[in-house]
Amino acid sequence: MPRLRAWFCRFAGLFRKNRRDAEMAEEMQAHVDLLTERNIAAGMSPEDARNAALREFGGVEQIKEIAREERVWRWADEFVQDIRFGGRMLFRNPGFSILAILCLMLGIGTSAAVMSWIEGILIRPYPLVAHQDRMVALFGTKQGTTEKEGLSYPDFLDLQKYSTLFESFIVDRIMGTTLSIGDRAERASGGIVSANYFDALGVWPMLGRGFRPEEGEGRNAHPVTVISYLTWHDRYRGDPDIIGKTQYLNGVQHTIIGVAPEKFHGTFIGYSFNFWVPTSMQETFDTTGYKLEDRGARWIEGYAFLKPGVTRQQAQAELNAIAQRLENDFPETNRGHVFEILPLSKTPFNAVTNLSPVLAITSGVAAFVLLIACANVSNLLLARSLLRRHEMTMRLALGAGRRRLIKQLFTEGLLLSVISAAGGIMVAYWCRNALVLISPVRSPGITIDYPGQLDWRVLVLSVAVCIGSTMLFALVPAIQASHVDLSGALKSEGSGMIGGSGRSRLRSVLVFVQVALSFVLIAGTGLVLRSLVRMQNADPGFSTRSVVVTSVDLFSAGYKPDRAKIFYEQLLERIRALPGVQSATLARLRPFSYGVYSSAPLEIEGYQPPRNEQLTADYNEVGEGYFATIGIPIITGREFNRTDDENAPPVAIVNETMAAKYWPGKDAVGQRLKVKDKWMEIVGVAKKANYRTKLEQPTPFFYVPVRQNFFVQNNIIIRTDQSAPAISNALAREVHALNPNLAPLDAISLQEQVDLMSYTQRLAVALLAVFGGMALFLAAIGLYAVMSYSVSQTTRELGMRMALGARAGDVLGLVISRGLRLTTAGIVIGAIAAVLMTRLMGNLLYKVSPRDPIAFGFALIVMIAVALIACFLPARRAARVDPARALRV
Amino acid sequence: MAKEKPDLVYGTLDMLILKALQYDSRHGLAIADRIQQMSKEILHVEQGSLYPALYRLEAQGWIKAEWGVSDNNRKARYYKLTAAGRKQLTAEEEHWVRITKGIDLVLSGA
Repeated sequence: MPRLRAWFCRFAGLFRKNRRDAEMAEEMQAHVDLLTERNIAAGMSPEDARNAALREFGGVEQIKEIAREERVWRWADEFVQDIRFGGRMLFRNPGFSILAILCLMLGIGTSAAVMSWIEGILIRPYPLVAHQDRMVALFGTKQGTTEKEGLSYPDFLDLQKYSTLFESFIVDRIMGTTLSIGDRAERASGGIVSANYFDALGVWPMLGRGFRPEEGEGRNAHPVTVISYLTWHDRYRGDPDIIGKTQYLNGVQHTIIGVAPEKFHGTFIGYSFNFWVPTSMQETFDTTGYKLEDRGARWIEGYAFLKPGVTRQQAQAELNAIAQRLENDFPETNRGHVFEILPLSKTPFNAVTNLSPVLAITSGVAAFVLLIACANVSNLLLARSLLRRHEMTMRLALGAGRRRLIKQLFTEGLLLSVISAAGGIMVAYWCRNALVLISPVRSPGITIDYPGQLDWRVLVLSVAVCIGSTMLFALVPAIQASHVDLSGALKSEGSGMIGGSGRSRLRSVLVFVQVALSFVLIAGTGLVLRSLVRMQNADPGFSTRSVVVTSVDLFSAGYKPDRAKIFYEQLLERIRALPGVQSATLARLRPFSYGVYSSAPLEIEGYQPPRNEQLTADYNEVGEGYFATIGIPIITGREFNRTDDENAPPVAIVNETMAAKYWPGKDAVGQRLKVKDKWMEIVGVAKKANYRTKLEQPTPFFYVPVRQNFFVQNNIIIRTDQSAPAISNALAREVHALNPNLAPLDAISLQEQVDLMSYTQRLAVALLAVFGGMALFLAAIGLYAVMSYSVSQTTRELGMRMALGARAGDVLGLVISRGLRLTTAGIVIGAIAAVLMTRLMGNLLYKVSPRDPIAFGFALIVMIAVALIACFLPARRAARVDPARALRV
Repeated sequence: MAKEKPDLVYGTLDMLILKALQYDSRHGLAIADRIQQMSKEILHVEQGSLYPALYRLEAQGWIKAEWGVSDNNRKARYYKLTAAGRKQLTAEEEHWVRITKGIDLVLSGA
């Protein structure tokens, strides 16, 4: 207790310094006075009495100093002093301070923000979910391939039954529906989840309950739903009595049994779910039929929680054993199918796949920016340290201790970095959710969610890096000062020559580093930018300009196939009659969508596959005139027409890649292939096109007529010379005329659809552009600071040159050429580094070499331009120096 | 500070001050006088060195100070022992007795 109290007294002493000092002086004065009086009483003269008293007491000031030390910690006392002094120094030089703080703030802020995205998206993506460190993504693959597929529901049940190393498995399938409340209808995204979903995740509904085990079983047996907090709050206006009320979802009345807690958005990165239904309701929400008992239907995405202490390798080994067992038990569906687990950061079935390379590069870039910022501040500090050399020398001459000087500079550096760190944390806080802002996917009613999480470890790391570097360079003047020859230094201030000493070599290195890092960033940005342009201009194999796509959510509206067929027939007729429409047709999937193409094992007449190859290909169900409408040329044979219906023999059209693979050197037209036990005759070969992204490799792909393979949910593809917005009113009118309760989804051009899917690249460009710009800005500041400082140091030399006859132009040239020499060296190093590093960007680049000369040339020009500007301003100042004054300095 | 005559065994000044304040509160000069008097003029406290010790003790919470008026009507700062100080004094006395006993034994040992 007394220890604590003593501590407190001393601490309090720090802040009551002046009062306590006065009190101490008064007390000692009183003591001396008492002594004096006693001496007078003993018969001394007043003067002698006082002198004797002072002698007896001892050196008043010395004793005060010792006493002060007893009262407060001296270091702390000085610390407060230093902070005051440091603050004054920062204020006296506001330009320097603002620049330095700004640089560090940007550096810390951006790197912390990027780290928070990584933390929030890759490492711990699901707020409120317990034990995410033990959570893994679970999916299927075909043996010997890297192709990822879902799980089938029976397989999922068997995994639960046979596994011993897993705490739990959950399955989760994202789906969309149209949610109508009153007369409003909106798109909503939801999840079909296993009944143990909320329990396994450790997420407890805020109101009501989660699913009971029995609610996962039985075909359409349990129409119950848990809604998200946002849905509850926005669409049901926070109704406290919501539990037990009902909601139509896809035409089936569901009972609301729970409301998820506020921060829980589901388990699909990129989307916030609006509601969840148990697996038993699968058929209601899946346009492609009932699958709960079909071991061959691999439609669900899974997650698993490992038991504590189980490694991924052990778990994977167990999964392999289970896969083996299932293969033996169910060879016809499970031959060659295995299960695989990956850490959440590599989840193959959500936006992580697209985002993780972007985030990886962005984090590298952010680290660059932080480094540049540190180099920059170090430069500024170094430059300033030279300006303060006089001050340091003077203090030393007046008797300041070296340690005391170091401590003061240390405090100044600390002050600087602490202010910047605070600012940086603020920047990070504002930016943590900024990824959503540049995400281009916008659908009304669907919440895009990229959770950013400010993690204290991230903040500590970036703050530590910045404080560390600041400290390092803040101390330089003190170290220098301690080697100063006092008398020499006091005499010869301000007579430096350009170049030479070790200090300026250190500064040159810093400028190299800065220029080099910036060069790498700018070259990288250039590469991504060029890829984007290339990709934008690349031909996907179909027309993007004069084709508009839309759809009507018949499935959610509860249409059965017969009714849907009639609806589409009538709608297409009406659309074709619209002014400006050339043709219109159906396709189950539009190209470049998130939807999954049909895929089935194939048998090809006359083709003997290698032993363990299972032939499969993706295909799409399309209407008559599809190829003409979307603009994919037919190379040989014919296109689908009206007569390819359920009464006609089954037909198919293959793409040229498929034709070349299975019927090399032959005409594929007239050949047959078997899909789902149905032999189809090939009637045409279509030119190859992109189906999902422009990055994909040419793959075998084929088409079947939608009339022979009908699904309720289709897209409507329209070739028109009208723009999408112009035609959408007419579309809405026609849909409304057929069924007043329906409305089409937004009509967009195929170009927009294609752009949606290239958003990874756009995101990368946006991020790199922001960071590249920041790096450039910082590097420019750094160059400018160094140049203007070295010019100011050489004023005397320049003045002398001018006095001896150099003209302003000569001086200008001299200063600029020195600056450029420094920059060129940096650029050379940067170019080498860039060549080594841009290779890592391989999968973000599209038909652009990582050493693309244009991107590198661009970086070169930008850097030289920046260097010229940074050198020109101080050079001009130098050229205006009045020689007489310069020499007198 | 180093030059003072080592009248006092190092570290004992604190204990002497506490002892001087055992029954009465006193100001600085009076504490010095009291120590001198109690030691029958053997111990002589350097007046100045008293204050650092006083502040140290105050910071430890063993003594408390307040302004008062001295016998001859002068303003002076009076120190008085706190409960914690009393405890500390007892502890130090015991400690001292033990140590000196030990030292005596060593010195008188054959």
